[in-house]
Amino acid sequence: MSAEVGLYGAAVAAAAATYFWRGFGVAVGGRLDPNGLLFEWFAAVAYAILAALVVRLVVFPSGELREIALAVRLGACAAALGTYLLFGRSLFAGCFAAAAVIAAAASGVLS
Amino acid sequence: MVADDTLPELGPRGALLAGARAAALAPALVLGASYVGFGSLVGAHELSLGFALFNTLTAWALPGQVVLVELYLAGSGVLAIMLAVGLANMRLAPMTVAMMPLVASPGRPAWRLYASAFFVAVTCWAMTMAQAPNLARRDRLSWFIGCSLVLWAASLVGTIVGFYAAAELPVSLTLALVFLNPVYFLLLFLQSTQGARDATRLVALLSGGALCVPAHLYSPEWSLLIAGLGGGTLAALYRFALVRR
Repeated sequence: MSAEVGLYGAAVAAAAATYFWRGFGVAVGGRLDPNGLLFEWFAAVAYAILAALVVRLVVFPSGELREIALAVRLGACAAALGTYLLFGRSLFAGCFAAAAVIAAAASGVLS
Repeated sequence: MVADDTLPELGPRGALLAGARAAALAPALVLGASYVGFGSLVGAHELSLGFALFNTLTAWALPGQVVLVELYLAGSGVLAIMLAVGLANMRLAPMTVAMMPLVASPGRPAWRLYASAFFVAVTCWAMTMAQAPNLARRDRLSWFIGCSLVLWAASLVGTIVGFYAAAELPVSLTLALVFLNPVYFLLLFLQSTQGARDATRLVALLSGGALCVPAHLYSPEWSLLIAGLGGGTLAALYRFALVRR
C-alpha cells in the first residue's frame, strides 16, 4: 500500500511540475507584444528546445534504445525524411518507414 | 497574421470540430502508438494501470512521463522526481508563451487560457502554430482544444493498449514505437517551417538541434536548456537583423 501511495505521490508531484510551466507561459505570454522582439525570442527558444529534444532522443536515448547502433537510429531518421518527401509530405508514411527500420534492426540485434 | 479579422468565423463548435478532424487519424495514430510505448514501459515493470492513466490524464507530456517512471523505478524521492520532471518539461513555458498571443481574444476571460494551457503539448502545439494564421482569431482556442482532446483520448487509449500488451509485444516493436516519438516530431517541425513568413523558425530548429550534441556532452541535465537558449537567441538575432535591414 505504501508503495502505491509513493507512486501516486510522485505522479501528483510530476503533474504540479508539468502544469507549473504551462501556467507560467500563460502569465508571461499574455503580457507580451506579439510583434515585439521578446516574443520572437520566446518562440525561437521553443523551437530550438524542441529540435534539441529530438536530437537528444535520437542521439542520446535512454533505456533499451541504446542497444540500437547510432548509425541505425540516424538511418531510420533519414528513411523517415526520404519517405515523407517521396509520399507527398505524409507524416504517416515517414513514421512508418522509421519504425520499420528500428524494428528490423532490433529483431536482428536482440534475437 | 495581418488578415486576422477578415477570415470567416467557424464559431466555437465548428472550430472545435475542425481541430478534432485535423488531429484524427494520422496524428492521433502516431501519438497513440508513442503512448503504447509508455503504457508498455509501465506494464513491463508491473506498476499499476491506474497510475499510468492518472499520469497521462494529469501530466500529459510524454518526455516528462518517461522521466517519472524511470526515476520512480530507480528509487528516487518525490522531490528529486518533481525537479527532474520540471526540468524535462521546461520547454512547455516558451511553447505556451509563443502560443498565447495567437489564441487569446480580447474581452475573453483569462481563466480560459489557464485552463487550455493544460493541453499544451508538442503535437497539438505545433499543429496549432501552423494552422493559426488560417483561422479567425476567435476560433483558434476552440480549434486547439478540439485538436488536443482527440490527441489526449488517443494517448489514453494507447496507454491502456500498451499496458496490457507489454507482455505480448516483442521488444523490437516496443523500441520501434518508442522511436516514433522523435521521428514524428522531426517531421512535424519540418512541416511547420513551411509557409512561415521567414526562416526564423528554421534557424531556431537547426541551431537548437546542432547545439544539443556539444551541450549534452558538457551537461546532460541542462543540454536542452542550453541548446534552446543558444539556438533561440541566434534565431531571434537573425530575425532582428532581417527587420532592421
